Amino acid sequence: MGGRDGRAAEHDVAAVTGVTGEHDDVMAATGVTGEGGPVDVVQIRTGTYHDSVSLMRVSQVLSGLPGVKAAVVAMATELNRGIAAELGFALPGSGPADLLVALRADDEDAAGRAAAELDRLLAGLAVRTAGRAAADHPPRTVRAALRETAGVTGAGGVSRADGTYRETAGASAAGGVSGADGTREEATGTGEALTGDAAGTGSAALALVSVPGPHAFAEALDAVEAGLPVMIFSDNMPVEQEVLLKRRAEQTGSLVMGPDCGTAVVGGAGLGFANVLRPGPVGIVAASGTGAQQVACLLDLAGVGVSHILGVGGRDLSAEVGGLSTLRALDALDADPATRLIALVSKPPAPEVAEAVREAVDKLATPVVTVLLGSGEDLTSAAESVLRALGTEPPAWPSWPAIPTGETSPGETRDTGEAAPGGFPDAGEAIPGGIPDSGEAVPGGIPDAGEAASGGILDAGSRPGLPSGPASLRGIYSGGTLCAEARLVAGSGEFTDYGDDAYTRGRAHPMIDPALRLEALAAVPRGDVALLDVVLGHGADPDPAARLAPAIAAAVARGVPVVVALVGSAGDPQGLPAQAEALRAAGADVFASNALAARHAARLAGFRSVR
Amino acid sequence: MTLPMLSGELHVITAGTEVLGEALDAQAVPRVTVDWRPPLPGTEDDLARVLADPRRAAANDRAVGRLTSARPQLVAVRPAHEVLDLPPGTFLHAGPPITWERASGPMRGALIGATLLEGLAADEEEAAARLAAGAVRLEPCHHHRTVGPMAGVVSRSMWMFEVRDAEYGGTAYCSLNEGLGKVLRYGAYGPEVIGRLRWMGEVLGPVLRAALELTGPLDLRALIAQALQMGDELHNRNRAATSLLVRELAPAVVEAAPGRAAEVLRFAGGNDHFFLNPGMAACKVSADAARDVPGSTLVVAMARNGTDFGVQVSGLGDRWFTGPAGVPDGLYLGAYGPADANPDIGDSTITETAGLGGFAMAAAPAIVRFVGGDVSEAVAATRSMYEITLAEHPAYQIPGLGFRGTPVGVDVTLVARTGLLPTVNTGIAGRVAGTGQVGAGLVSPPASAFTAALAALAEAVPVA
Repeated sequence: MGGRDGRAAEHDVAAVTGVTGEHDDVMAATGVTGEGGPVDVVQIRTGTYHDSVSLMRVSQVLSGLPGVKAAVVAMATELNRGIAAELGFALPGSGPADLLVALRADDEDAAGRAAAELDRLLAGLAVRTAGRAAADHPPRTVRAALRETAGVTGAGGVSRADGTYRETAGASAAGGVSGADGTREEATGTGEALTGDAAGTGSAALALVSVPGPHAFAEALDAVEAGLPVMIFSDNMPVEQEVLLKRRAEQTGSLVMGPDCGTAVVGGAGLGFANVLRPGPVGIVAASGTGAQQVACLLDLAGVGVSHILGVGGRDLSAEVGGLSTLRALDALDADPATRLIALVSKPPAPEVAEAVREAVDKLATPVVTVLLGSGEDLTSAAESVLRALGTEPPAWPSWPAIPTGETSPGETRDTGEAAPGGFPDAGEAIPGGIPDSGEAVPGGIPDAGEAASGGILDAGSRPGLPSGPASLRGIYSGGTLCAEARLVAGSGEFTDYGDDAYTRGRAHPMIDPALRLEALAAVPRGDVALLDVVLGHGADPDPAARLAPAIAAAVARGVPVVVALVGSAGDPQGLPAQAEALRAAGADVFASNALAARHAARLAGFRSVR
Repeated sequence: MTLPMLSGELHVITAGTEVLGEALDAQAVPRVTVDWRPPLPGTEDDLARVLADPRRAAANDRAVGRLTSARPQLVAVRPAHEVLDLPPGTFLHAGPPITWERASGPMRGALIGATLLEGLAADEEEAAARLAAGAVRLEPCHHHRTVGPMAGVVSRSMWMFEVRDAEYGGTAYCSLNEGLGKVLRYGAYGPEVIGRLRWMGEVLGPVLRAALELTGPLDLRALIAQALQMGDELHNRNRAATSLLVRELAPAVVEAAPGRAAEVLRFAGGNDHFFLNPGMAACKVSADAARDVPGSTLVVAMARNGTDFGVQVSGLGDRWFTGPAGVPDGLYLGAYGPADANPDIGDSTITETAGLGGFAMAAAPAIVRFVGGDVSEAVAATRSMYEITLAEHPAYQIPGLGFRGTPVGVDVTLVARTGLLPTVNTGIAGRVAGTGQVGAGLVSPPASAFTAALAALAEAVPVA
């Protein structure tokens, strides 16, 4: 198939690109092919915009097509152009508002199929957008959306504090026609800012902002100025904007969750990356996403539910931000009748902020369990403290040991190799013999390869099929708090948070797109131990094990022990048991507790300094 | 502190990643989706600065509050030399400042016509030569509390509508409308044009002045509100407003000047755009009430001189921010076509500035052919303007939208954020001096005028 000349390929590609969505205007289309080599399709489309996650999904689907080597479908930002250029695509000129398509396939047929699939997927996105537009002129800013929400909630309008004018949703039933003569009443004094409950209907509004970080401020400010709580999922927001939003929120009675707030649960509704949790008495205030998810999931596994989870952003307790959102969230939960216990989970605050938080906590009527991570506590002990405060004895946290694969230690049985959760492994045991005293992690220090392990029995400290020399631990994380916790618990190793701003600029979060983490896992050298988190829940990858399991199996086969912290609840849409089974079947030791997973991994790596 | 969201039925506004919205759908949480797009290129940093300005929200509330609560009243009709600082040899013109060298055909034609009207030249050639030599001083109408449609040329002997704001005390002026076709404001300057202008100065102006002295001030705010409900949008359609104005004035015209009443009423009533000019002055006096509020990002003037499109912003005083005027997209008279069209011209965008014209398109189904021929497109045009405006007018309402107030008060930051530019209805002047009107339609202002204003606002933000 690859034998046609470049001209033919170009012709084919041009024919394919003629079939574009009606809003897409193809500016340039080029087809390039080598002598029987791969075929590149590069297009710049104008007049179309899709969010990065939608486009990541499209790219992912195309990459998975047979015969497709690479697919970049992204807004043509400098960064995305750079990604495509690094892959060797020759790019025509474009602006950041254009859509960049760069496909590489084995041959023209595969390229044609990929291009057709691309058009089908983009048309799907466009239809969705156009359908909405035709239906109800979707608002273009949070500010404009507030009017619609006013209609939805029956609030009837948004009035500014000084009452100089009044905005009323056109479709609102509570609308503004005042007299039989059809004239509408004019601005009438002061109205309450829309808090989502202006009409006393019991309905409440919140804004969830996940636009690219540099643009999040405007949308969040719209909400805050209207007195509406806002969850800022976006990262890369300058701290001065965060401070400004939070100060303004104090004035308007709003609450700013975030920025970089990955999860929240408000009255049972999960926002962002959110686990499906049973309702219950515990209100959680946490700095960031995965820390709160870990605590809430462990509580859920222990049979205890949450009332709300309010994320405040990783910088909230810094001296610069001064805990503005933490203090407001504590107050709000204190006033909430459904919350009977408040758990405050955070990194150690700046000293001056710690004092303010302590004072605030002392004034609350609701009991507060404060857990400062790193000061001898981890997320698991936090969950356990909460359970004890409620009079519940913490259970043994579930774990799922790897199902041995024939390649690592054939014929051997594992003394703890039971499938039943809770039965494995006893990570708290002393380090078994056989680990040399020089077992400190030496980054990059790879033990002699090819040696067979002496011990035939796997326990928490042995590494079958591998030399028993010093190894390194590679933490390959998607959750920032989980990553930091694992680093603290393990005491040593190389840890990377692929959810960090540096890795998410211009690409989807690793909980959605595992590509970077798969690459990192594939790069772990034989003899080192890989430690990963897998976070379940709404918003996350619908089946993370599907792409991780083959990579884990490959790593294990290569001689890299893999440990997974599986953060999820029994109700999560991915199915916690099914994910655990798939991961352990691939050869990973799986733990519901990240701290236990990290301890286990560290022992596998032979560390002595495990906490 | 209680947060309603913790105890109520949650509704969520989502802006950004669709995956997060879908997660809410999966939980059956009702949501309103923001169809978010990136802001105009290059505005990111300026937007962040201006939005963070602590003065902005209150300043905009104050500015747009004044814009929408002004109460324009038609109080008099008087000659320009009585009311304007307009020494001999000075003409006013539409839009931001312009020189003869950069002036377009219709602007030059109107300036030639005014030179002839004022007796400063004997013929067209001499007039053009004097203008080219800089013998006439040119100043924007907007610098003199005045607005002028199309070329907007005002000279000493022309008569002006005088509109006073009963709320804030401001005064604004606009010339008397000459009718359609070959008229000075479209750049025509033939004998019939000059003759009509002389009649307007000798008969129309004095009769209207006398009539207004009898009626007392006319409430233009009420008149405009009624006209909107009768199918006018007050820029390209003024038929209802003109009828209402003539109805108000007719008895007084007859009483004041029985011998001239028939020709005056025939002229005023026979020109569907007669109300455009007092309407523009009403908009001008309202917009001027919103000027000079430090920190406000409200647009208080949009105006074109046939070469440049300019905007002024409340928080930035009298500074103009300009970009190239576009050529309107519209319908053409007779055999004229797009090739005959001059770039956008006139101060009549003061109507859009005050929430009328293109912003009130949904009120005027009779002229929807200007926006593509479909009522739904007229409604869409108005609806999209709610995205970039700060308020809905409390008095100017659109029956077809459930008496929703017209979108009013363009916010520079919202234009930059949404990339939506003001919808402007306009007449189209012929590009050759002396041609007159060739059509009418819609035009988009240049985005660069708004991004330049945003950059200036960013510079003006006080350092914290």
